[in-house]
Amino acid sequence: MATWKPDPTFYPSPRLAMQAPAERLAYVAMLNVEAQPKPDAMGVVDLDPSSATYGKVLGRVDMPGVGDELHHFGWNACSSALCPYAPHPHIERRYLLVPGLRSSRMYVLDVKPDPRKPQIVRTIEPEEIASRTGYSRPHTLHCGPEGIYVSALGAPNGDGPGGIFLMDHESFDVLGRWEMDRGPQFLAYDLWWHLGYDTMVTSEWGTPNMIESGIVPELLLGGKYGHHIHFWDLKRRRHTQAIDLGAEQQMVLELRPAHDPTKAYGFVGVVVSLKDLSASIWTWHRDGDAWAIRKTIEIPAEPADPDQLPPLLKGFKAVPPLVTDIALSLDDRFLYVSCWGTGEMRQYDVSDPFNPRLVGSVRLGGIVAQAKHPASDLPLNGGPQMVEVSRDGKRVYFTNSLYRAWDEQFYPEGVRGWMAKLDVKPEGGFTVDKKFFPEFDAGFRPHQVRLEGGDASSDSYCYP
Amino acid sequence: MWGWAALAGLGAFHGVNPAMGWLFAVARGLQSGERAAVLRALGPIALGHAVSVALVVALVIALRGEIDPITMQVAAALGLIGFGALRLVRGARHRFRVGMVAGFRDLALWSFLMATAHGAGLMLAPVLLAAPLYAPGWAVWGGLLAVGAHSVAMLAVMALIALIVFDRVGLAILRRGWINLDLLWSGALIGVGALLLLFVAGAHVGTPNGALAALLRLCGGHA
Repeated sequence: MATWKPDPTFYPSPRLAMQAPAERLAYVAMLNVEAQPKPDAMGVVDLDPSSATYGKVLGRVDMPGVGDELHHFGWNACSSALCPYAPHPHIERRYLLVPGLRSSRMYVLDVKPDPRKPQIVRTIEPEEIASRTGYSRPHTLHCGPEGIYVSALGAPNGDGPGGIFLMDHESFDVLGRWEMDRGPQFLAYDLWWHLGYDTMVTSEWGTPNMIESGIVPELLLGGKYGHHIHFWDLKRRRHTQAIDLGAEQQMVLELRPAHDPTKAYGFVGVVVSLKDLSASIWTWHRDGDAWAIRKTIEIPAEPADPDQLPPLLKGFKAVPPLVTDIALSLDDRFLYVSCWGTGEMRQYDVSDPFNPRLVGSVRLGGIVAQAKHPASDLPLNGGPQMVEVSRDGKRVYFTNSLYRAWDEQFYPEGVRGWMAKLDVKPEGGFTVDKKFFPEFDAGFRPHQVRLEGGDASSDSYCYP
Repeated sequence: MWGWAALAGLGAFHGVNPAMGWLFAVARGLQSGERAAVLRALGPIALGHAVSVALVVALVIALRGEIDPITMQVAAALGLIGFGALRLVRGARHRFRVGMVAGFRDLALWSFLMATAHGAGLMLAPVLLAAPLYAPGWAVWGGLLAVGAHSVAMLAVMALIALIVFDRVGLAILRRGWINLDLLWSGALIGVGALLLLFVAGAHVGTPNGALAALLRLCGGHA
């Protein structure tokens, strides 16, 4: 139903969005890993420091079926509704679209009636997605000016190509495949864009068959996982350029373009280099009429006693950092980098995007370190993974699970779910919030976090 | 005189609507960082809007000689009501093959599509049909003047708002100030359509009761 005024959570620019009120709730995708299959759930965590239940899981909404593998999710509408060429500001940010990465089912959750108790109002079956788009395994979604863009890892049979499909942000109808001409693109993972340049950017992981029974060492050592970044004409839906980062750069995952639409650069994380198990961040940028990219951060592997390593890593005698997620603050100043293998969260000042400066670090979990949280005496496993930054940039939240089949290979004892929060200092650096360490219901692993009203990876802007 | 005022007033209303163009002009300016880009965008936006409106005006003028006035007015009224209702039911479409990187042609095309989808020109039909705008035999000139009056008013208001927002106010105003003009517009289309029906009925019969009777007759009843 159309509203009389724009949704109050829509902001024309990232600068204005930074003045948004602090979030009071987080929605957290929770994967159930109990031996007896039970449904995944959407958890709700209290983020209001003045509340008696601050830092607690207030409740959860169980999905109707089992085996979905809830992973990433997003809003039906966001600040891009204010874009000048496709304006529709009188729509509500009200529904969370929650794909099951393994089941390919998608749930629509309504958070308006009671934000603390979302309700499932619609289920989109995998057959509907498959028949309308030819795609399967929906992964990441973004609310764009014309509708909801969803990346999908592959076809229903588990092979490629993966790609993008469109959904209507009011009816949630699956509208169809986005690409008119995919060029050489075959693998898919993340998508985002530079709205100011009508440019879409996509990255590469692997087809469902390459990932669903765990990381395949032969494929990895053969350089078969994704190592390209792709640029597209957002309006004509055509592939314009692929850049190969080199076959040794395995798994080019999270894309974080500058939020300011006048800036033509962004950051992408590479999970692991076959050369030395390092992880890296690359900065792409406009160079004349084309896009270019270069490595701007390299995080080395750390030597380790093979006895402390899982079978997959014993032979390497080192623990790889495994950069699996990154997040960029709305002022394009701080980049947060999750090192899921070594168990480290890093903060870089990227005011100069080609010369990042490391300004903050904390160790939590990790394959070898198992670093503790200040609120607990127990060693932690898993490591900083899905990371989310508040709109004002003052708070950072992250969780510790990656993907079920891969969790078991790097943390064979089973990832025990946790979530942590950082309080960021204005000029860089941060402290771990000792009061924030939610306990998750037994059997659940937290994955992506979305903050009430939007966060630093939920919205895109058409104005600087 | 009221006819010209109405044409210009409608133009001004479209000029106020962020979705009709001034916001796009501001966006062009912000993206390139230059005020001149705001001004450059206004021309093509006004042109696209004018062409969309001109199509309706041309249609009305062309059919006017062919079809009797009452049928014409009733058709216009039903068209307004139908289009307004359709917009209420379907909501505004906003999927155009134009993005932020828009030159003269893109802006003009976008504005034309936006104005057409909005039914911007439809509202001119009742004014043309009801107001004594021009002498018989001067239809083409009258039509051009009608489009001109509408478009100049639209351009003037659009330019004024775009520059005020770009120079002084800033886009934060969108958050509270962007009321749902689409909803208002759909209501206005339906309201004016209904008024036109009453007007037709009144003019035809001359008395309020007669008007009602005529209205019922026109709507297919047998009062």
